[in-house]
Amino acid sequence: MNISRRQLLVLLPAAAVAWKSVLAGTPEDSPNYTMSDHWWGMLIDIPKCIGCGNCVRACATENDVPDGHFRTWVERYNVSDEDMTNPHVISPDGGKEGFPVAEEDGEKYFFVPKMCNHCVDSPCTQVCPVGATFIAPDGVVLVDPKYCLGCAYCVQACPYGCRYIHPQKEVADKCTLCYHRITKGLTTACCEACPTGARQLVDLKNPKDPIHEFLRTHSVQILKPQMATGAKAFYNGLDGSVR
Amino acid sequence: MSSFKEARHLFHFAGLFVLAFLVLLVIRHYYVPRSFGEYGHYRGAAIGEIGSLPVKFAGHQTCESCHTDILDVKSKGRHAHVNCEVCHGALANHANDPASVTPVKPDTAVLCARCHTTSAAKPKGFPQVVPADHSNGVPCQTCHNPHSPALDAGGAK
Repeated sequence: MNISRRQLLVLLPAAAVAWKSVLAGTPEDSPNYTMSDHWWGMLIDIPKCIGCGNCVRACATENDVPDGHFRTWVERYNVSDEDMTNPHVISPDGGKEGFPVAEEDGEKYFFVPKMCNHCVDSPCTQVCPVGATFIAPDGVVLVDPKYCLGCAYCVQACPYGCRYIHPQKEVADKCTLCYHRITKGLTTACCEACPTGARQLVDLKNPKDPIHEFLRTHSVQILKPQMATGAKAFYNGLDGSVR
Repeated sequence: MSSFKEARHLFHFAGLFVLAFLVLLVIRHYYVPRSFGEYGHYRGAAIGEIGSLPVKFAGHQTCESCHTDILDVKSKGRHAHVNCEVCHGALANHANDPASVTPVKPDTAVLCARCHTTSAAKPKGFPQVVPADHSNGVPCQTCHNPHSPALDAGGAK
């Protein structure tokens, strides 16, 4: 009697585990795209940005971004010689409708497009209590809207302010690096709509990608390197005053 | 004898724990999505779901496969590297069904000014004008062809 019970206790969990593995589904197929062949990032060339806001509008169109929230936005910096560490920054409606004209007044003005940095060590994915946000095997930080509770922990964790809670869906939302486009061989909507090439999608695992040559030959910086996020939004010509 | 009886109590109690564990396994089986843990601590199927969202910007390669005449003009001008949908907007609908979805021509007064209005914040080498002084309200395409904007390239198309 004792022996058979013990056997039963060993057998039942083993059977349950075996049954689960038998019933496990097959992985979803994605034709002509292998995640492990890519490592996506973005190059943002500040000296080329004219602040037209095309990227912000294109992103809103492509991804149905609700008004007042942004997956990408553009900031205009105004830095005076006297106080270089306290820039005056504006971003009216995320730069969606462009910017007011800056008069030539001897001070420094420039535009900085911002977006999710698709960090390698992303703080946002580390704090998610339910595994709703994650780094895909191709380096893109994504949110699973069916799994997200909307607790907004990740919104607080992102040092770049790139996440928001979608007002209708009530889940965390952010830049997907146009995952539905890049997996089909297209570039992102913001890159497609940028008139000057200030934004370029880069694939660090593609040896033919011009990013490798660019990174070798330019002074490229990431935002908040002291946060050790491993950001993959590379900024060329980034001013020290940018936060 | 008495110590054996106490041991039986412990076995009963342990049995309860084992039973609870089995119930947990059964609940987990039904509530944890099949693809959870496929690539990491998340639902693997979410990647495919996000990747299958509809595309709205067709991409300039798609446009150029039909509008080769425009490409010929554009590729020789200053706007050679400006993609079609920068000005014309998202047109995947048109690309999917060219017969029934007809794009509206953009308003050059808004469109050109958005990029080319003078501002100290723009890069110094970028062509900039004060629209009111530059044309006195004459539409841009009177003198410039948006696809190849240099004056010697001729007026609008």
